[in-house]
Amino acid sequence: MTDIATYNFAYLDEQTKRMIRRAILKGIAIPGYQVPFASREMPMPYGWGTGGVQVTASIIGPDDVLKVIDQGADDTTNAVSIRAFFKKVANVAVTTETAKATIVQTRHRIPEHPLTSGQVLVYQVPIPEPLRFLESRETETRKMHALEEYGLMHVKLYEDIARHGRIATTYAYPVKVEGRYVMDPSPTPKFDNPKMHRSPALQLFGAGREKRIYAVPPFTEVVSLDFEDHPFEVQTFDQPCALCAAENVYLDEVILDDHGGHMFVCSDTDHCEKRREAGHRGHLAPETMEPAQ
Amino acid sequence: MSDEPLLRVSALSKFYGSRVGCENITFDLWPGEVLAVVGESGSGKTTLLNCLSTRLLPSSGTASYRMRDGQFRELYRMSEAERRFLMRTDWGFVHQNPADGLRMTVSAGANVGERLMAVGDRHYGKIRATAVDWLSRVEIDEDRIDDEPRAFSGGMRQRLQIARNLVTGPRLVFMDEPTGGLDVSVQARLLDLLRGLVTDLGLAAIVVTHDLAVARLLSQRMMVMKDGHVVESGLTDRVLDDPRAPYTQLLVSSILQV
Repeated sequence: MTDIATYNFAYLDEQTKRMIRRAILKGIAIPGYQVPFASREMPMPYGWGTGGVQVTASIIGPDDVLKVIDQGADDTTNAVSIRAFFKKVANVAVTTETAKATIVQTRHRIPEHPLTSGQVLVYQVPIPEPLRFLESRETETRKMHALEEYGLMHVKLYEDIARHGRIATTYAYPVKVEGRYVMDPSPTPKFDNPKMHRSPALQLFGAGREKRIYAVPPFTEVVSLDFEDHPFEVQTFDQPCALCAAENVYLDEVILDDHGGHMFVCSDTDHCEKRREAGHRGHLAPETMEPAQ
Repeated sequence: MSDEPLLRVSALSKFYGSRVGCENITFDLWPGEVLAVVGESGSGKTTLLNCLSTRLLPSSGTASYRMRDGQFRELYRMSEAERRFLMRTDWGFVHQNPADGLRMTVSAGANVGERLMAVGDRHYGKIRATAVDWLSRVEIDEDRIDDEPRAFSGGMRQRLQIARNLVTGPRLVFMDEPTGGLDVSVQARLLDLLRGLVTDLGLAAIVVTHDLAVARLLSQRMMVMKDGHVVESGLTDRVLDDPRAPYTQLLVSSILQV
C-alpha cells in the first residue's frame, strides 16, 4: 500500500489550513497586528522557517508557482529544501525567477525585482515582537500595542545615536504600519524597508515558534521610525556588484582567500543572473557564464 | 495657588480578602502641598499609595483628580489608556528601589528622555538637551549621560529616577520611601535636592515613609497610619511636636537620639 504514506495537499490537514487562513485574514484586516495562531510541528526545526512554511502551505494552490529565497539566494540549503518540500507535498511548479512566481517565501530579503499585484511575499519571522528586547513581558507589550504606547521604540533608536552617532540598527528596523501598529519587518536589512511601503504585493509574516501571524495588505503605508534630526537612511555601497555591476542593490561580502581578498556581489542571485544574461559584467565576472544550477 | 484641591480622596478602602489593606481613608491634597504618610511596616501606607496612583484598584471609595483643564475626573472610572497617559505625563512615581523605576539596560539620557518620546517628542537634539539639563538639576555630571544606571551608585540612581519622573513637568508625584536604603549623608543631600525641586516646581507630592525626619523636612502635612487606619493627621510640625494619639506618641518617642 503506497497511499498510507501520502500527505494531504501541502502537508497540513484542511482544518489546520482553515485555522491559519483565518489568522491570515485577521492579520490582513488589521495591518501590522500580531495574530496568535496554533502553530503546528513541521518536519523541520524551529528557526528554519516553520512559520513561513505554514503560511505558504495554507495559501498555496495547485496552480501556484513558488520561489523560495534565503538571504536573497535561491541555492542555499534552507531555500532548496523548502522548495523541494513543496514540490513533493503540493506538486506545485517552482521557479527561481521573481517575475514568474506567484508566491515568494523569503528568509530576510525582499527581491530586487519589483513585486507586482497578485504576488504574495511570505516572510519567515524569528521574533515578531519589535518591543521584545526592551520589554520582556508579553502582557506588557500587548498592552503597549493596544494603547499605542510606542515611546520605548524610540528609546532604542536614541540609544543607537547616543552610542554610535547615528541610528545603527541595520536589520529588523521597526516600521509603523498604516499609522497604527509598530511592526518588526523580520530581520530583513533596512535597505528593503522602502520596498514594503505601498507595495502592490500582499506581504504575510509567519513566526512558527512564537505562534504569530501578521500581514501588510497591498498599498499599505509602511513608514520606518526615525528622529526629525536623524532621518531614516538605507545602506549604501561604495562599489557595484563584482559580477553584474549592479548599483543600488543590496550586496553581500564574499571572502575569496585568506589574504584579505573579498568581493561584493548581489545578495539577490536571481537578479544578478538576469543581469549577467543581459550582458552586464562586473570587474570580477568570469569570461563565460557558468550555467545556473 | 488655586482654591480647589488637586486630589480628593473619599472613604478609600482596600481589602486583601478579609484582611484590611487600608480602610476609610479620606483627605484632600492641595496644589503644591507635600503630604507625608508615616507608619510602621504593614500599616497600609504603600497600599494607600498604590491605590492613589492607580497601580492597585481599591475595594471601595473614590478619588478624583483635577486635570489640567480644571475638571475633576474620577480616577477609577478612567480608561486604562487615560490612566497610563496620566501616569507618564502629569504624575510621577518614585520607587524605593530605583531599579523598579528605571530601565537598567539603557543609558541615563534615554531614561530621562523616555517620557518625552512617549508623548511624541521626535527630535534627538532637543531630547538630549533636555536630558542634559535635568541631569544637572539632579546633580549628575553631564559626562555620565551615556552610562547605564547599573554603573551608578544608589544615590545617583535615585536622583536619576527623580529626573526621569520630573522631565514632563508633572503636578503630582508619588514617592515610596524615596530615601530608603541610602546612607545618611546621601539621604541628606537627596532630601535637600527634593525639597528644592518641590519648592521650585510647585509640585504636590504624597510621600510614604517610615522615617519621621523625612516627613519633617519635606512635608507640610502628615497622616499617621496604623493597621490600615489613619490614627492622626495634621500639620507636620504640630503632629511631631505635640502628638495626640497614643500610637503617634509612641512613634515620636521611638526616634533614637544621638
